[in-house]
Amino acid sequence: MANYILNVNGKQVSVSADADTPLLWVLRDELNLVGTKFGCGIAQCGACTVHIDGVATRSCQMQVSILDDTKITTIEGLSKDGKHPVQEAWKEIDVPQCGYCQSGQIMTAAAFLEENKNPSENEIREAMHGNICRCASYNRIEKAVKLASKNS
Amino acid sequence: MKLHKNDNFSRRNFLKTSVLASGGMLIGFNFLTACKPEAKMPEDIASLNFNDFNAYIKISDKGYVTIFSPNPEIGQGVKTSMPMIIAEELDVEWKNVTVAQGVLDIKNYKRQIAGGSQSIRSNWNVLRQTGATAKQMLVTAAANKWKVNASTLKASKGTITNANGETLGYGDVVKEAALLEVPEKVKLKEIKDFSIIGKDAINVDIDKIITGKPLFGLDYKTEGMLYASVLRPPSFGQVLASFDATQAKNISGVVDVITIGDKARKFLDKGYVSWTVALSESDKVVVLATSTWAAIKAKKAIKAIWKDTSQLESTELHHQKLTSLLDRKKTKVLREDGNLTKAFKEADTVIERVYSSPFLPHNCMEPMNFYANVTAAKIDLVGPTQTPAEVQKSVAVLLDRKKEEISVEMTRMGGGFGRRLYADFAIEAAEISDKVKKPIKMVSTREDDMTTGIYKPSVKYSIKASLKGGKITGYHLKEAAMNGGMYGAISNFFPAGCIPNIKVESATYNSNITTGAWRAPYTNFLAFAEQSFFDELATELKVDPIQLRLNLLQKVKNTTDKKIQYSGKRMEDVIKLVRQKGNWGKSSNGVYQGFAAYYSHNTHVAEIADLVLQDGKPVIKKVTVAVDCGVVVNPTGAKNQVEGGVIDGIGHAMYADFAFKDGKPQSKNFDSYRLIRMQETPKVEVHFVQNELSPTGLGEPGLPPAGGAVANAINAALGKRIYKQPFINDLKKSSILG
Repeated sequence: MANYILNVNGKQVSVSADADTPLLWVLRDELNLVGTKFGCGIAQCGACTVHIDGVATRSCQMQVSILDDTKITTIEGLSKDGKHPVQEAWKEIDVPQCGYCQSGQIMTAAAFLEENKNPSENEIREAMHGNICRCASYNRIEKAVKLASKNS
Repeated sequence: MKLHKNDNFSRRNFLKTSVLASGGMLIGFNFLTACKPEAKMPEDIASLNFNDFNAYIKISDKGYVTIFSPNPEIGQGVKTSMPMIIAEELDVEWKNVTVAQGVLDIKNYKRQIAGGSQSIRSNWNVLRQTGATAKQMLVTAAANKWKVNASTLKASKGTITNANGETLGYGDVVKEAALLEVPEKVKLKEIKDFSIIGKDAINVDIDKIITGKPLFGLDYKTEGMLYASVLRPPSFGQVLASFDATQAKNISGVVDVITIGDKARKFLDKGYVSWTVALSESDKVVVLATSTWAAIKAKKAIKAIWKDTSQLESTELHHQKLTSLLDRKKTKVLREDGNLTKAFKEADTVIERVYSSPFLPHNCMEPMNFYANVTAAKIDLVGPTQTPAEVQKSVAVLLDRKKEEISVEMTRMGGGFGRRLYADFAIEAAEISDKVKKPIKMVSTREDDMTTGIYKPSVKYSIKASLKGGKITGYHLKEAAMNGGMYGAISNFFPAGCIPNIKVESATYNSNITTGAWRAPYTNFLAFAEQSFFDELATELKVDPIQLRLNLLQKVKNTTDKKIQYSGKRMEDVIKLVRQKGNWGKSSNGVYQGFAAYYSHNTHVAEIADLVLQDGKPVIKKVTVAVDCGVVVNPTGAKNQVEGGVIDGIGHAMYADFAFKDGKPQSKNFDSYRLIRMQETPKVEVHFVQNELSPTGLGEPGLPPAGGAVANAINAALGKRIYKQPFINDLKKSSILG
C-alpha cells in the first residue's frame, strides 16, 4: 500500500491503496463517492465514467497510481446543486428507470457536450454508444442530450 | 376487469390511524392481508413498524403528505405511481407529497414482491380506498369542528371548504381526524375527476439519481464492514475439491479466506426449490477484505481444483435433448380443443416450424450483492431484493433462527428482470457473516453474475397448423424447455378460442444449469415464435397479417370459455390502434414493416416495426406500440417502461447468445456478450388505449411482441424467415450482417 494525493471534485484528498487499485474502487470504498458505479470492470459498459481533466474516462481501468497532477470530477462534483444542464435535461425528460447506469451516462454526455456544443442526432448516438442502459432508456437519453445541448 | 367504482369492502381491518407526537396524523395500512387486531400504531416516525402495516401515510399539521412506498423499486416506477394513486383519492397536490422508500433502519418489515408486473394491478383498489378513507376522516373532522353535516363540505387539493366559503387545511384537522373511527364506507372519485392520475409525474428519486447519492445495495456500507468475494464452481456439474489460498492471503487488505456451503447444503435435504439446491451443492471459497478491489483481486489468486459430480452440459447437448423432446409422445398437455388429428388429416396444407432460443443471463447493471450482519441477538440483512419475505424465510432456515430476529431492508435495485426474485445472494451473505461473526457485504463481479447465474432456460417450440379452405383449422404448439415449462395460463392466451382444434403441450429436460424467471417468463420467446408463425400463415393464406389476426379474434369475442386469459375486444383495439398510428401498409418506399401482437401479464400490446436497408443491412428505425393497460396512472413512467421493454426485447432477440461448453458459460462479460446499445436502438412511439378499466402491469408486456415484429419486418425486407434467437447468427450466416 502507498499513499496517493488525488484532486477529486476540486479537493485534495489523500488515500492509501495498492498501486494497481482502479480509481473506481478508491472513489467508492475509500472516498465514499458511490455515485460512480461498478458495472463490468473491463471498460465495456460506461457505468463508472468520470472526468479526468475534463475527458470522459472509465474509472475501472484507471489505476490510482497514475492520477497525480490530474483533476478528477465525479457525478457528485459535476455541479454544486445538481443543476448542470445535462442533469436538468435528465430530470425534464424523466430519463431513468432503475437509474443505476445514469451517472455514467450523464458524465459521458457532459464531457461530450463540452466538445461538441451542437451535436447532430447521429453524433449523439455515436457518443453515447459506449454506455449500456440495461433498462434501455436509450430514446430518453438521446432526447435529454439533445435538450441539454440546446440549454447549455 | 371492471373498475370497482363503489367497491365497499371493510377497511377497518387493513387501516388504522394514530396521532403523531410531533403533530400530524399517521395512517397505517396493509396490502392484501388484514393486519392483526392488536396491531399498534406508532406515535413517532422513527418507530414505524412494517410488521403490522406494510405502508404508511403521514399528514403533517402543515398539510404536507409523506407516503412510505411499500413496493420494491427495480426500475418499474412503482415508487412514483403507487403513491400517485393514494394522493389522487386523498385529494392533495402532488407537489406537497414526498415519497420515502420505507425507512432503512426499520426492523422486521414485510413487503410484497416486485415481479410479474403485478404491483399496480394488485394494489389499485387498496390504494384508492386508503386515500379516500383518509380524506373522508379529514372531512368528518372538519364537519365536527364547524358543527355541520359532512355532506355539505367539499375537499380538494388539501383544503376543505364549507357552504359559507370558509376553509380548513388538512393540516388543521389532522389531530381530530386521527382520533375518529375508521369509516366503513367511502366514496371513490369518478375517473373523469382525476387530477393526478393520468398526468406525468417525474420519478420521485430523480434528484438522488442524477447527483449520485447512495441509493443502491452496492452503495450501502457500515463501519467495520468487510467485502466478500465468492469463488463458485466454474462449471455447472462441478464442486470444489481443494484450494490453495496462500497467494491470495498475501494480498494487502485481505483479512481472511474461508469456505461456506455446509449450512446452505441443508436446503438439499429440505427439498427446497431447484435454484437453491443447484447453487448449494458445492463449497465456495470466500475472500474477506477491507476493500472490494482486494477481495476481487485475491479471489483471482486462489488456486482451486474442481471435480465433476454430474454431466458437464454443452449447447450441442441442449439442442439434441430439446429436439428429441419435440418428438416425444409423452408430454404434459396444457390445453386440448376439438380433434386435432382429424383437422390435420383433412387439411389442404400443413405448415410446421421449429423455433429455438438460448439460455440468457439477466445482466442487471448492478451486480448481485447483499449485506449481512449476523449476531447472537439479531440478523440484519440489507440489499437489492425483489422478495424480502423470501430472503427472511431462507435465512431463518439457513441459520436455524427465528424469522422475528431477522430484518431485511430493501435498497433501490439496479435492475431486476427476475434475477432478484431469488435469495441465493442473501443466503451466501448470511452464511459468510455467520461464519466470520462480522458485518460483511457479498459483492459479485460481472463475471460472477454472468457465469453463475439463474438463467432464462433454453426453449424450443414446434408450431404446426392445418389450413383448409382458406381457414386455419388446427394449431399444435409443442414446447421443449429446460427445467420446467410454460405456466398453464399461457396455453390459454391467443390463439386459444380462435381456432377450433388446438393442442398445447410441454416436455422438459432436467438440466443442472440453474434456471429461473427472466423478464416475461416463457412469453419472452414464445411470442416471437408464435407471431412469426402467424405471419407465415398470413403469407400462405394470402391475407394481410393484421387482417388475419382481426379475423381470428372475432371468434373469441363472445367466448364462454372461462380459461381464456385475454380479451378479444381489447386485443382488437390495440391492433386497430397500432395499425392506424403505425401507418400500416402506407409507409414510404424503402420502409419494410413487421407486425406482432401479444397479451401477457394482463396487458394487451401490439407493435409495428419499421425497418430500412442500409447497404443491404437491416436497420430497425422505429417501433410503434399500442398498449391497453387500463387506466394509465403515470404516462411518462408508463411510456418509459414500454420503450425500454420494446428495446430490451429487440436487443435480446437480435444479439443475445449464451453458450455452454463442458458445463461452462462461454460468455463472461460485455466483451463477449452483446447487449443492445444506443446506435442499434430504434425510436419507440407508444400509444395507450383510453379506457376506465383497472390498471394492469407494464414492466413486462412491452417485451414479448418486439422480437416477432422485428423478425416479420426482416422477412418483409429480405424474404428471409428467422427461426432462432439471436437473429444475428442467422443474418451473419446469410451474409446479411457482417
